[in-house]
Amino acid sequence: MRLVSYDEICQGVKRAVIKANTILPDDILAALQLAAEKESSSRGRMFLNIILENAAIAQKEKMALCQDTGMLAAYIKLGQEVKIVGGSLEAAVNAGVRDGYQEGYFRKSIVNDPFIRVNTGDNTPAIIHIRMVEGEHFRITVLPKGAGSENMGQVAMLKPSQGINGAKDFIVQVVETAGANACPPLVVGVGIGGSMDKAADLAKQALMRPINLPHSSPEIAALEKEMLLRINALGIGPQGMGGDTTALGVNINTFPTHIACLPVAVVLGCHCTRRCSIEL
Amino acid sequence: MIVLRAPLMGEDIYRLKSGDQVMVEGTVYAARDAAHKNMVNAIEQGLSLPFDLEGQIIYYVGPCPAPPGKVIGSAGPTTSGRMDAYTPFLIERGLKAMIGKGDRSSEVIAAMKKYGAVYLATVGGAGAYLAERIKKVETIAYPELGPEALLKLELRQFPCIVAIDCQGHNIYDISKGI
Repeated sequence: MRLVSYDEICQGVKRAVIKANTILPDDILAALQLAAEKESSSRGRMFLNIILENAAIAQKEKMALCQDTGMLAAYIKLGQEVKIVGGSLEAAVNAGVRDGYQEGYFRKSIVNDPFIRVNTGDNTPAIIHIRMVEGEHFRITVLPKGAGSENMGQVAMLKPSQGINGAKDFIVQVVETAGANACPPLVVGVGIGGSMDKAADLAKQALMRPINLPHSSPEIAALEKEMLLRINALGIGPQGMGGDTTALGVNINTFPTHIACLPVAVVLGCHCTRRCSIEL
Repeated sequence: MIVLRAPLMGEDIYRLKSGDQVMVEGTVYAARDAAHKNMVNAIEQGLSLPFDLEGQIIYYVGPCPAPPGKVIGSAGPTTSGRMDAYTPFLIERGLKAMIGKGDRSSEVIAAMKKYGAVYLATVGGAGAYLAERIKKVETIAYPELGPEALLKLELRQFPCIVAIDCQGHNIYDISKGI
């Protein structure tokens, strides 16, 4: 049995929140640099260069990469041999979010109720997902995700007869419908299988995998590659200005499903897809 | 390079073509969802607006708080489409330009053509870069809205692309191959 304290969790989440919002992940940065070299549209190149300059300024000045510092999702992998002491896990995570958004001078974007819409003032509550695993692990990944891209995601409950081609067309259609709104070049997270909610969860979690790391199954990895080519052939380009770079990567996760189901969820991550993991 | 500075006149608007690169200088007003709702409510109740819209520019932004030593935190554009329901009311009353990201509705484009207004796109997700081009910030209304308060900003060399001109030519249609 390993003890982990409320304060350790709170401090860890705070550090992760600040780092995620100010430092772009290496894989995203490398993909943007490559895109800026290859992009054939001059307006697309201009926007990509500003996006790269933005990342440098944010890191140097410790400023938020994007003013939409998002609603924070925290994915916790919790070993079953860990005992949390000094307070509840949920309260510790929310306290870390509150402190991180305060100390980082990040925007507080959460309203208390979908209709009443009063700002909670501290960017809580976070959306917390907990997965129990064996052993004494304690890993937290934070994803502060902005609403511009979040609003453009979709789920489709396809018929099994629509098969892989139906799934492919739906993925491309979601990106096309999103146009410039989701802040391309995108990171496209796709979840296929399970139930409606499982597919959405798979899609969101796909954004946590580095975009230079293909799926472990060669078939799914090939599908990811094919989807990236099709999406980039749309010509939407950086911020919808036209060009070759509509997406930086497509990550797909799959799961067993029901004999009557073919759920497909597409979660769009913007060019500023932020994530940070910490081990406690 | 074309420089735009409010108050904008008819000729400033009519010479702009979709795809032109422009630099916005001087005063713009920052407003997003909740501030737009308040302004349109005020119009419907016959009340005066917090500022005179004639010839002005609205920037769709809800910035981060200013860190020590800075006038504003990260301050990039938000998705303009959420303001579509309100924008024709403001264009009718003299608003000449909007800065944001993403496409606009056919109602907004119709109002832009009728009254002569232009829609500018800047770089979504470049909040730290764009914040460095904002030199002065003043809250002029709705402070209770927090990040959605109505602000008066002074810009310097703020880069934009004319996304939709007052003839309705739309860069998003061109990039989609329409």
